[in-house]
Amino acid sequence: MSLYRDEAIVLRTQKLGEADRIVTMLTRDHGRIRGVAKGVRRTKSKFGARLEPGSHVDIQLYVGKTFDTVTQVEAIMNYGENISHDYQRWTIASAILETAERFTSQEHEPALQEFLLVVGGLKALAENRYDSSLILDAFLLRSLAIGGYEPSMTTCSRCEKPGPHRYFSLVGGGSVCIDCRPSASATPAPETLNLMSALLKMDWEVANSSEGKHQREASGLIAAYLQWHLERGLRSLPLVERR
Amino acid sequence: MSGMYEGAIQDLIDALGRLPGIGPKSAQRIAFHILQSDAEIAGALVDAIRTVKERVKFCTECGNVSEEMQCRICRDPRRENTSICVVEESKDVIAIERTREFRGKYHVLGGAISPIDGIGPEQLRIRELMTRLADSSVTEIILATDPNLEGEATATYLARLIKPLGLKVSRLASGLPVGGDLEYADEVTLGRAFEGRRTVNE
Repeated sequence: MSLYRDEAIVLRTQKLGEADRIVTMLTRDHGRIRGVAKGVRRTKSKFGARLEPGSHVDIQLYVGKTFDTVTQVEAIMNYGENISHDYQRWTIASAILETAERFTSQEHEPALQEFLLVVGGLKALAENRYDSSLILDAFLLRSLAIGGYEPSMTTCSRCEKPGPHRYFSLVGGGSVCIDCRPSASATPAPETLNLMSALLKMDWEVANSSEGKHQREASGLIAAYLQWHLERGLRSLPLVERR
Repeated sequence: MSGMYEGAIQDLIDALGRLPGIGPKSAQRIAFHILQSDAEIAGALVDAIRTVKERVKFCTECGNVSEEMQCRICRDPRRENTSICVVEESKDVIAIERTREFRGKYHVLGGAISPIDGIGPEQLRIRELMTRLADSSVTEIILATDPNLEGEATATYLARLIKPLGLKVSRLASGLPVGGDLEYADEVTLGRAFEGRRTVNE
């Protein structure tokens, strides 16, 4: 018998056969894994309700050939249940979960930072602590940073000339000075860049006091920057309801 | 795995292997069963598959599977026009029909909203539902999407959309399965059962 136990966030579920599901989850110690949960679509299933996207669970799995089999599940916190009663926040939670899946491309490779980030993001969303659109933008930026794509916010990303600079380039990796800027650089408002750098540092005081138009501009830049680095866009991002 | 057999038999195995839940071994077993059975049985199977593709359409009103323009339920004059039960798939219509509790009509969405799979409100039959609500005598909408996260979120979305129309919107209750033990119920289901408990001494 080779069993292991871990803490996990359920990222997505797919139907399998008559009543089973393949559950993709991000675990604390084993990275992203896919497990088969048997019989969870039956109404009498003991742990079906705990294996919904966005659930934070304590899980036991049995090692298999392609998939591990889920043997026991205990709920730690059921973020999805709370969030699904608000459509806007649910679309944002979906985008967070999809991003987490995309940033952990290799199965079984520990991704503790990303795990903690997802837990934090869902918690903030469930508690409705900050504006939900800002939570998503902060999450996307932090995920990019953990994945090694942190955009430079003040110094020029090419010549490291101290900023702040007026230009922002997707290709150039963030802030660029007037001499280094590639041809297709955006010129966002200085407040927008300030907001993005606050989100990256999780400075909520600055982020909360930002204006709507700068928040929208930042959302657009972050989404474009993310699409550029992920190559294939997020499917849930166009369906997210912004403010 | 590429074909081990020649021509027709391998084509049949490949075709069967594409069906859900049928792997290469099962496909081989079924193919040899068909090969050994009477021509009549095989012919009946062929006819059944052909007619189902030719005849079955989707009801223009509710989206349920039907052999005519409108399905049997939508055509039935005895069914009430005042309530519409919104479900995800045609299979759910049958499940609710078995209860004999509901005498109204249905609306099949064709799935649930799932941003992670790229399915938004636009991909479902939500616009058709709104058209039905605009020009009919409907007074109550029953949201009977699956009690999982996608179903819940779809219900939340629909409730928000229908609210301005001033109709009564209800959601199927969640709770304990009949014939089960309380101690084995998970906390989410049991919590919902508590939330939706009702008074019995009135």
